Amino acid sequence: MSFPWAKEYTPTTAFGQWMDEKLPIGRLVYNSLGAGYPTPRNLNYMWNFGSLAGIFLVVQIVTGIILAMHYAANADIAFDSVEHIMRDVNGGWMFRYAHANGASFFFIAIYLHIARGLYYGSYKAPREMLWLLGVVIYLLAMATAFMGYVLPWGQMSFWGAKVITGLFEAIPLVGKPIQELLLGGFAPDNAALNRFFSLHYLLPFVMAGVIIMHIWALHIPGSNNPTGVDVKGKQDTVPFHPFYTAKDGWALGLFLIFFCLMMFFLPNALGHADNYIPANPLSTPAHIVPEWYFWPWYAILRAFTFDFLFIPAKLLGVVAMFSAILVWFFLPWLDTSPVRSGTYRPKMRVAFWILIVATIILFICGGAPAEEPYVMLSQVAGAYYFAYFLIILPLLSRIEKPLPLPNSITEAVTGKPLEKAS
Amino acid sequence: MVRFFGILVGLFFTGWLLVSFVLGAKEFITNPPEKAVYYDYHLDPKEVSFASDGPLGKFDRQQLQRGFQVYKEVCAACHSLRLVAFRNLAELGYNEDEVKAIAANWIIETPDIDPATGEMSTRPSLPADKFPMPFANDVAAAAANNNAIPPDLSLITKARTGGAPYIYSLLTGYQEAPGDLPDAAKPGPGLHYNPYFANLNLAMAQPIIADDQVAYSDGTSATIDQMSKDVTAFLVWTAEPKLEERNQTGWAVIAFLIIATILAFMSYKSIWADVKAEKKKKA
Repeated sequence: MSFPWAKEYTPTTAFGQWMDEKLPIGRLVYNSLGAGYPTPRNLNYMWNFGSLAGIFLVVQIVTGIILAMHYAANADIAFDSVEHIMRDVNGGWMFRYAHANGASFFFIAIYLHIARGLYYGSYKAPREMLWLLGVVIYLLAMATAFMGYVLPWGQMSFWGAKVITGLFEAIPLVGKPIQELLLGGFAPDNAALNRFFSLHYLLPFVMAGVIIMHIWALHIPGSNNPTGVDVKGKQDTVPFHPFYTAKDGWALGLFLIFFCLMMFFLPNALGHADNYIPANPLSTPAHIVPEWYFWPWYAILRAFTFDFLFIPAKLLGVVAMFSAILVWFFLPWLDTSPVRSGTYRPKMRVAFWILIVATIILFICGGAPAEEPYVMLSQVAGAYYFAYFLIILPLLSRIEKPLPLPNSITEAVTGKPLEKAS
Repeated sequence: MVRFFGILVGLFFTGWLLVSFVLGAKEFITNPPEKAVYYDYHLDPKEVSFASDGPLGKFDRQQLQRGFQVYKEVCAACHSLRLVAFRNLAELGYNEDEVKAIAANWIIETPDIDPATGEMSTRPSLPADKFPMPFANDVAAAAANNNAIPPDLSLITKARTGGAPYIYSLLTGYQEAPGDLPDAAKPGPGLHYNPYFANLNLAMAQPIIADDQVAYSDGTSATIDQMSKDVTAFLVWTAEPKLEERNQTGWAVIAFLIIATILAFMSYKSIWADVKAEKKKKA
């Protein structure tokens, strides 16, 4: 579906017409990312991060395929094969640093993309499925990134794998068998490394598939916009191409400049020094931390320090950590306010910014050692995190009085009413 | 239904975290955690700069050669350099014959199998060989070093928080243990006090102990400080041999990206000019 005023794809060459009858792939691209997709005219720069995340997935797949040609998924030689890439493979250092830092930039893009969706109510009807698929993509990205960090088989790889798979152990009855199934043994070793490599190669393609569905689901209602008001007429929109291809294009350039500054001049700043020490099951690092993009969830895991009745604190932490993300699946039904954009929700807007602060506190605490005051800080911030989604949003939707909405996007932008004539 | 259960779950998580916070805070106030004994004595790495620092960094090849000499004459007796091959030394400015000579005359030979008998044996190293390991295995390394295995140095400046300045600080940081040091932090038998090391007690004895321990041939004065700096510079190279290539490529890529981004920005501006003009009329 699209808007009635969407431009029709008209192949100009004979080959184009022939192709359009047999396999209308040109039509598909034209209607998805071309002039055939009318897009709200008022999207701000927060709307750039979806395409940036998609492009970085491609960067990861391309660099990853090249790295896999030289990497050896064997616990005895994995570490050395990575160093072989760094030292002896032509341009190998560039592919590895691009891949390692590319993961971080993928997560930067995806976090800003999620935050955009939270603020502007992009998860609300009619875009629930779009949001749910987005959460699935994020979960797949987390699994992929976690397993990718294990592959160099350094100290943090090994102990990270041990800690994360150890979480499953906390589940009663089935926990231990699940952990052993994940690892292919009782502790991370060759079997774990091999299956992680296999899945690390598989999951990005699964992600690509879900992303196609994500974009498909996007094109049914069309993009949300900063006012949250539905598109009402042709004047509210501009064709995606050339307007948003141009905007995405220059924003991509800017994002790549930051990425290249990082990967060429500070390539190890986002990693951990311990991962340049080969994995050693007999020597535990002073403190085990996951990659920075997992820190908020890691802080929630460690915030549960007291047993609740017969439930051990560790199990509570594990359940809470997974719940912190799974709660997003219920978000479209937790927030019942008919107004999408936080711009017109004075109370929700304040609550949202406190959520961002709480998440940043969780981020800092997750990267810090498990000692005070970090544990206490993450308890307060974690409490707010759950309260925002499960208590504040459902109640706020009832009591909040939203500001008056503009009649149309065009009116919000130009101050003049949308002429219904078009 | 979703909202009803949502609020219940939310109350549970939020409530239990706040209860944990109160219990934890009470514990923290009534029974504050004690600082680790070494907390007051541990020092952050010294400020020190190397030619390879920063985006414009380049290796000082004279210094790398001096650092290699220190590695060879001081460190190599115990510390391996297993990821580096003799052929890589060409990057320090040695010519082919010099590399061959360094390999052939290395302090230990490369393990091999005797082609005549099939017995384990050793032979002089070739440029293609990696630096041979000073100990046959970890057990031998531990046995010879008071039970502490000397770490491989190939990646050491990347494998320690604090990087090259930390390695330099460690080498120059040995000192007498302060008199007021708590007993728990005092160096035990075979350990050496070094405030730059995480728990203050390092198994390695001070390796660079006297000026002119190594005889430099390029006229540089071989002070303890200079030798420590030189060997650290050498270890920056062993950890990141492609550093110069990386910096140069980085500048070229970023220059290209800046031009491309400016062009993309200009086309964005011109494409949106009409739509934006409509917006301006509002004002």
